[in-house]
Amino acid sequence: MNFPILSSLILLPTIGALFLLFLKDKNSNTAKYVALFSSFVNFLISIYLWFLFDPSTESFQFVEEKEWLKGFINYKVGIDGISILFIILTTFITPLCVISVNNTIKNRLRDFLIAILVMESLMIGVFCSLDLVVFYLFFEAGLIPMFLIIGIWGGARRVYSAFKFFLYTLLGSVLMLVAIISIYWVAGTTDIVQLYELGIDVKYQNLLWLAFFTSFAVKTPMWPVHTWLPDAHVEAPTAGSVLLAAILLKMAGYGFIRFSLGLFPVASDLFTPLVYSLSLIAIIYASLVALMQEDMKKLIAYSSVAHMGFVTLGIFTNTQQGIEGSIIQMISHGLVSAALFLCVGVVYDRMHSRLIKTYGGLVSVMPKYSILFMLFTLAALGLPGTSGFIGEFLILMGTFKDNFLVAIIASLGVIFGAAYMLWLYRRIVFGNLINKDLLKIPDLDNSEKFILWNLAIPVLFFGFYPEPLINTIEVSVKHLIEMYNFNLNISMIEVQE
Amino acid sequence: MDNLNFISAEIFISLSIMFLLTLGVFKKNSSNLIHNLSIGILLITGILILNNPFDKNISLFTGSYVIDYLSSYMKILTILGGAFVLSISTKYLKLFKIFLMEYPILILCSILGMMVMISSNDLMVFYVGLELQSLALYVLASFNRNQLKSSEAGLKYFVLSALSSGLLLYGCSLIYGFSGSTNFNVIGDTMNSINYGLTFGIVFILVGLAFKISAVPFHMWAPDVYEGSPTPVTLFFAIVPKVAALTVFIRFLYVPFLSMIEQWQPILIFLSIASMIFGAVAAIGQNNLKRLVAYSSIGHIGYALAGVSIGTNEGIQSSIVYISIYLVMNLGLFSCLFMMKRDEQYFEKIDDLSGLSKNHPVLSLSLLIILFSLAGIPPLAGFFAKFYIFKSVIEQSMYFLAIVGLLSTVIAAFYYLKIIKVIYFDDQKEKYDTDHSIWLRISLTFSTLLILLYFIFPSKLVEIVSKINII
Repeated sequence: MNFPILSSLILLPTIGALFLLFLKDKNSNTAKYVALFSSFVNFLISIYLWFLFDPSTESFQFVEEKEWLKGFINYKVGIDGISILFIILTTFITPLCVISVNNTIKNRLRDFLIAILVMESLMIGVFCSLDLVVFYLFFEAGLIPMFLIIGIWGGARRVYSAFKFFLYTLLGSVLMLVAIISIYWVAGTTDIVQLYELGIDVKYQNLLWLAFFTSFAVKTPMWPVHTWLPDAHVEAPTAGSVLLAAILLKMAGYGFIRFSLGLFPVASDLFTPLVYSLSLIAIIYASLVALMQEDMKKLIAYSSVAHMGFVTLGIFTNTQQGIEGSIIQMISHGLVSAALFLCVGVVYDRMHSRLIKTYGGLVSVMPKYSILFMLFTLAALGLPGTSGFIGEFLILMGTFKDNFLVAIIASLGVIFGAAYMLWLYRRIVFGNLINKDLLKIPDLDNSEKFILWNLAIPVLFFGFYPEPLINTIEVSVKHLIEMYNFNLNISMIEVQE
Repeated sequence: MDNLNFISAEIFISLSIMFLLTLGVFKKNSSNLIHNLSIGILLITGILILNNPFDKNISLFTGSYVIDYLSSYMKILTILGGAFVLSISTKYLKLFKIFLMEYPILILCSILGMMVMISSNDLMVFYVGLELQSLALYVLASFNRNQLKSSEAGLKYFVLSALSSGLLLYGCSLIYGFSGSTNFNVIGDTMNSINYGLTFGIVFILVGLAFKISAVPFHMWAPDVYEGSPTPVTLFFAIVPKVAALTVFIRFLYVPFLSMIEQWQPILIFLSIASMIFGAVAAIGQNNLKRLVAYSSIGHIGYALAGVSIGTNEGIQSSIVYISIYLVMNLGLFSCLFMMKRDEQYFEKIDDLSGLSKNHPVLSLSLLIILFSLAGIPPLAGFFAKFYIFKSVIEQSMYFLAIVGLLSTVIAAFYYLKIIKVIYFDDQKEKYDTDHSIWLRISLTFSTLLILLYFIFPSKLVEIVSKINII
């Protein structure tokens, strides 16, 4: 048997966390180096994995299967073109989070690093599990570290936000658990690969789809269950917000592609109008709300809701461009929103205020910061040449193919996006420097520069040259759509007969 | 004489009780010795039970007493629970000056009663066992006789329990009157048509049993008794009698009355749903940890009953898995409660946990794991317990029960989160003592590790339990 590379990806951060747990010396530096080391090694392994990955086949690769719940469920992991990108995103963001704790986390650093590393393990697990129960296990377990991250290291209203985050997500997911167990009794297995082949009886699909949808809609978050997100983002520490925005939200998008489209094509087709309308409301409504925010973190949180609206829109167009666009948009949003939250974190650490009106005229005191912040602002509004553009463009292209009116309304969202992002930038960076306290703050230090440049490079690189991303996902997406259309046609024929 | 071989465990424990009583009378200051001896006696009893053949169903005394896999497993569970309770309660009892020789003897008595209950296959034998364990429990509840609350708890438990025993006896007499026998198998054989007299009998017995495991709406005694009793007794109440009563539930419903499942299933579903919802909602307002445990145990019993209500072997097995994991979780939770001691005083308010994570990181990490497990969050053991229950519930397409159950998990998660919030998010208070006894440390480590690492070998417990086939 080959080396279990995926399991080691999942386990390595946890081993790092265990090591931290038994660290006698609570000296912050040792703990940080241990965490950095294990997460960075994990990143190298995932890059190596990408190198080994064969993009020309649609079947799952690096599959590991082990008996787990006897005669019932096997521990099964494996990746295809869609999951590998999310794994790399996770392993890429985590070391940056670890570096960023330098300035933000003052107390109980070791515990914080343990939470982040455990979180990384669980998130990688979500993206590579090939069994519904295993997936659910990782998906739900992530609530524990995130609850603690928000609750222990968060801001003033952290308790409220942590509870809201936990209970909303849990309430969404329990229905998914019912659905997963039902799938086991209906189809006889929870193995995704087998389920793809067997298909699920059409008469159960609608209810099962709705149960999965509830869970993913809360996690995405889609309007009207998005209200936990702004609270969680505002109160979470910077590294927590980064993890939340960059990776946690992507679990839902990934779930939509892998489960909703893959397992319930007929129901997905039926409910597409529902997803379209919720996505459009999310895009327009969240953009308008973002325009009116006075808190920077809240503004970016609402922009996340709008961007995820684009993602769900693209996924349910069921076109090659739409789904590819959604995946690239998710990767891009992972990088850009992480960077934006870090940008907010940078000025928050210096001024201890997230209110926009505290700032203004930062360009004269923090020129380097202003340049990087501008780059990410432009990427967030989807300027050509940044990865944000590729994603949005492909999504809109796919949507135009499917439904003209929806695409027109969604395009409005792009304009709103430009409006709130540019306005935010103008109010913070340009204008007169009124607040005299701002004169004393230093520009980016080395670690901040390192983190932000590291995020800027892939944003620009994939903006100009998205080939590597598209190459990786192309075959898998094509296969998904073929399977989808095939199942849909079969059910149409059955209905006609 | 052959019959006596199989009940050597029961005989041994009864002889030991008599011996210990005599020892206590003739030897002064022997409570420490008797305490240690009774732990040893429990372990030997456990070995004697393991000595019985596991794969056979042995019917003794003209069918009124059975030794089978179910009874052996549940007896072992009872004995383990009892042994852990005895081993971690010493310090508490000494502090309250109630470290008396009667305490371990009473616990042994009630365990003997439960063993009889677990093996009983006859209404009379079952009632004798039930009363033996109840009588011991009345005394145990009021064991801290210097405190008003403890005496009140004992009296309350006694009055209400006597009432429920009366109902139960009335049910027994109805069943005897309509079927002509008290033996479970004979009742099952003679019953050829649905008989409303029998249904009434079942209902009365179910009421009595529901009282013993504190299922809603017969739960009123539980919070007061849990709060008033000395903490070790509360732990005993929370885990051990439930194991025994659940076994009787299973045997009584499945051996004679399986064919009447349509009559009793709705009752059980109601008990289960009401307990799950009430346990979740009522616990939210609690401030005392022991009271909170009472409500949470009501909720957990609801899940175990959901498994019993299904009417399949898988359902019974899932419910037994549930009660086993529940036992371990409560053991861990109470071990933490015993560790909250400062200046010769035990603390049991939720607020007393405030900021515990800063002073006692290991203790709070264990509590965190135990509480998330009680809330049923994966990958901890509590999740698997619920998972098995819902797996068998959904197999029978009982979606309503499954969805109500899972939604009440979310409500219940709220109050567990509230405790975690106090531990981790609030400001710290004074430190607690750290000179815990070795047994306390062992039971906490044992239960925490079991809960945390359960997901690595989740099928071990199920494999053991899957040999229980009642139907």
